[in-house]
Amino acid sequence: MKPVDFGYARPATIAEAVALLASNPDAKIIAGGQTLGPMLNLRLARPSLLVDVARIPELTRVDETADLVTLGAAITHAAIEDGRVPDFTNGYLARVAHGIAYRAVRNRGTVGGSLAHADPAADWLTAFVALDAEVVIAGPRGTRTAPLVETVTGAMATSIDAAEILTGVRFRKLSRKAGWSYHKICRKTGEFAEAIGTFVEDDTRGVHRAVAGATGGKPIVMTDWHRESSAEDWCAFLRSEGYRADPYEMRIHGAALARAVVEIGQQ
Amino acid sequence: MAERTVTSEGIGARLLRKEDDRYMCGTGQFVGDIKLAGQLEAAFVRSPVAHGRLRRVHIPPALRDRVFWSGDLADVKPIRAVTALAGFKPSEQWPLAKDKVRHVGELIAVCVAPTRAEAEDLAEQVDLDIEELPAVYDMLAARKPGSALVHEAWGDNLFLTSFEGGDMDAARRAAHVTVTRELRTARQAMSPLEGRGAIAHWDTRLDQLVVTTSTQQPHIVRSGLSECLGIDHGRIRVVAPDVGGGFGYKGILLPEEIVLGWVARRLGRPVRWLEDRRENLTAGANCREHHYVITGYADRQGKLLGIEAEATIDAGAYSSYPFSACLEGGQVVSILPGLYDLPHFRCTAYSVATNKPPILPYRGVARTGVCFALEVLVDAIARELKMEPNAVRMKNLVRPEQMPFTNITRKYFDSGDYPECLRRAIAAIKFDEVRARQASSPSPSPIRGEGWSEGRQHGERGNRRLGIGFAMYCEQAGHGTTVYAGWGIPMVPGYEQAIARLTPDGGLELRIGAHSHGQGLETTLSQVAHQMLGLPHDKIKLVHGDTEYTPYSTGTWGSRCMIMSGGAVAAACEQLGERAKRIGAKLLQCTLDEVTLQDGKVTGPKGSISLADIAHTWYRRPQDLPADVDPAGLEVTAGYKPLRDSGTFSYAAHAAVVAVDPETGEIEIVDYVIVEDGGTLVNPMIVDGQIWGGAAQGIGTALYEEMQYSSSGQPLASTLADYLLPGPTEVPSIRIEHMETPSPLTRFGQKGIGEGGAIAPPAAITNAINDALKELGAELLQSPVTPRRIIEALAMAEVKRGSAPGAGGHLKARPRSRA
Repeated sequence: MKPVDFGYARPATIAEAVALLASNPDAKIIAGGQTLGPMLNLRLARPSLLVDVARIPELTRVDETADLVTLGAAITHAAIEDGRVPDFTNGYLARVAHGIAYRAVRNRGTVGGSLAHADPAADWLTAFVALDAEVVIAGPRGTRTAPLVETVTGAMATSIDAAEILTGVRFRKLSRKAGWSYHKICRKTGEFAEAIGTFVEDDTRGVHRAVAGATGGKPIVMTDWHRESSAEDWCAFLRSEGYRADPYEMRIHGAALARAVVEIGQQ
Repeated sequence: MAERTVTSEGIGARLLRKEDDRYMCGTGQFVGDIKLAGQLEAAFVRSPVAHGRLRRVHIPPALRDRVFWSGDLADVKPIRAVTALAGFKPSEQWPLAKDKVRHVGELIAVCVAPTRAEAEDLAEQVDLDIEELPAVYDMLAARKPGSALVHEAWGDNLFLTSFEGGDMDAARRAAHVTVTRELRTARQAMSPLEGRGAIAHWDTRLDQLVVTTSTQQPHIVRSGLSECLGIDHGRIRVVAPDVGGGFGYKGILLPEEIVLGWVARRLGRPVRWLEDRRENLTAGANCREHHYVITGYADRQGKLLGIEAEATIDAGAYSSYPFSACLEGGQVVSILPGLYDLPHFRCTAYSVATNKPPILPYRGVARTGVCFALEVLVDAIARELKMEPNAVRMKNLVRPEQMPFTNITRKYFDSGDYPECLRRAIAAIKFDEVRARQASSPSPSPIRGEGWSEGRQHGERGNRRLGIGFAMYCEQAGHGTTVYAGWGIPMVPGYEQAIARLTPDGGLELRIGAHSHGQGLETTLSQVAHQMLGLPHDKIKLVHGDTEYTPYSTGTWGSRCMIMSGGAVAAACEQLGERAKRIGAKLLQCTLDEVTLQDGKVTGPKGSISLADIAHTWYRRPQDLPADVDPAGLEVTAGYKPLRDSGTFSYAAHAAVVAVDPETGEIEIVDYVIVEDGGTLVNPMIVDGQIWGGAAQGIGTALYEEMQYSSSGQPLASTLADYLLPGPTEVPSIRIEHMETPSPLTRFGQKGIGEGGAIAPPAAITNAINDALKELGAELLQSPVTPRRIIEALAMAEVKRGSAPGAGGHLKARPRSRA
């Protein structure tokens, strides 16, 4: 369980990284390596070149305007968990970060890596979709932004081109009165989610979002919901959204949402 | 049994472990830490299919000096682990597959290179031509005529059919209730922190093959290597360095070890192989896969009139050396009565060959499955009789006044008070309080999220339901010659030997042929020696894990070391003390019967002399010794067996309180108590550690660990993301209480306790879950109990009650999407 021979480059800037990707079609981006590392060891990934972006200064920055925040893609889960990144979400992101895998994974794993990998069961995908986030993508033709929920096209599939880099995630700051909840059901601490229910409610900004995650595909977003909705209601809704699952999976997704809805604002 | 003087550092002391320092500071020396000059790394080409005819192994000509296949190992013999049991069919396991492959991961070729990655590059260049055959993946189907055959020459897929017991007609006729259940335990991959690994090199000076390997049984590995490689024992040395957990997984002669030995000799260079986690999960030996159809007959008062069972064990493709494919099945038929006094019993166990890796006796061996089958059945009988399960247990446990007790399968229970153990567990878990809490919790409401956030601190948050369950077992340990002569496997333990010698400066060296890898023997055997000779612990050193320096031993297995090596060290120290007394008496100018040995000193009427001074005189100033001194010196090899070799029987009651969420099937262990009796405890702190560690593994069996196979025999978990092990947050803080009923058979009254923790958790936890769900009519009969299985059992119960699942539920405000 050791990788095939590969090249390794550590560009200093995003532009250099994009150039390396453009000239090496088999190259792969590595940041924290918490997914790619095992894939390399299992020889499921066989890149000719690894482009290590973890130490590009632009990727570990936090940019802020009056309303918007952009977190650099190479910010680690642990940095968010520990509050080393300013909190704009009333503790939401720190709480989500705390529940990702194990501390050893959080020390290295990055926000951008997780979003670009787009594992349906990963926490950031669902959490940032709940924040209605956009992703910032740099490529040979410059930088573009796109809604995260549209950039992710399915399980571990995105519209990000091979020569592009997801450089950051951008979202609106939550107001002080905003409430949220995040309920994950998984077999044991640190395991991938079997179901996620999450809510972000920010009345002063008209935000009223519920998201079902770990559905095996894209997160399912709901904006018209009521606190009184029961687990059966949620299941009926997920079915109407085209979510197909066996009775157990459907049941725990309904439960995750039903639990999360009563937990809004309790954290 | 000798009388016992309690000292602060001898038998019974909670002494900190000597080995902790190197383990905790990262200075242990494991196979992965060792690097010899010129060392090569090996990677294996393994079978990608479960069952097939190996037509051709194509090795590119340029690689013929680095890649070897069975054709190269022409002088190597197959592994054959036979038994003396009537009807047993032996298998032949070629170290590199010859004509057939019989499980995914079976070795086909070995590739060596300066690094593992390069060796894996070579492995990718080897082409295999395999004609795939239908995989035998379901042990029940494998028993039926017409099944594909793992070993064609056998004519069926049975390694062995084991039978024990007599006629059941009387029990059947007298029974007020007859309760039958079909139960299963999952196949598990054993998961020590350190996997297997070995380095082989040929020592040209000693003309000797040296194999350093992560094993529990260095002497047995040497015997196996000698048989398969055709090299005399004297020209093989096996070293077991620090070993990161054994649990039975390292009680096997590996084909990898044989191949490495051959390659090292051929190339004249050291070759190392380190098992990676994927190899561990997909190719390494497995354990635990049992199936039972078990019937209990009981009278109106809960007295068991008989137990009748048919058990099937998936033994995998080959009989592993030295324990064979049938230890598990053979044990099932003889230990199924548990610690109950049964008037009638009958059990047949089929050890079935399948296209899966071989099985090994994992911590607890067959007892974990047996305890699950029997103790879950006992609870089912109690529910049928509308009795408390523990009332049924109490009615049937062997009573203390019956001890020593020979049970219906002729097991000799040496000592103990089983009912008291259960009473103490009932008290410790606060049984009445739990029942009161259950009675006061609200009746189940429809499945929904409301109420979820209430009552968190009580364990019954939301609609969670509390349950309490118990399980008991007794555990045979340190059983010896007559028992294993009956099995007739390649390894029969005889007298266990230890060497004790005083060094010139008064230190004590102990040498044992067993191996310590977490059991704390470097500490506990030091406690034994201290008890015998009174030397301080920093002067006592245990040497183990090297065939060159230690007496032959079957090694570390079967919870035997504290009994066998402990007894041997005591015997050796006792004889060494006698020799020291004889020299001491001469030096003190008095007679032997005038001196005593205590606190490291020989004392006579007119003075005393330390063991250090006696040793110094013997080795460094022999001119001071009288002419008629005993020439035998200060080095002793002594052998030991208990008074009977039928084994000690430690036992325990496990009690679990769980909260089960009927909405999601989530399970939380709210409380867990173990009351155990290991006889005289040499070091109660180490015993606690053994029990906690075992219980964590038992929780893995109960709730998490499951190696599933596809219908083509492919293992469905190849990483620890798929094969779930319990972690720190899944293992509760377990409370342990000790009873200490000495064994009448052993040197200090000690009993083996190494495995017990892993035996009862699946039964206790499943009983607790079934207790929690009994009003909903659901019953779980398969380990691991997973949330999905709970939800499925609840759905089945709902169907049985006649109401459609998921019916009802008023849609209030139906949410709409914006995706």
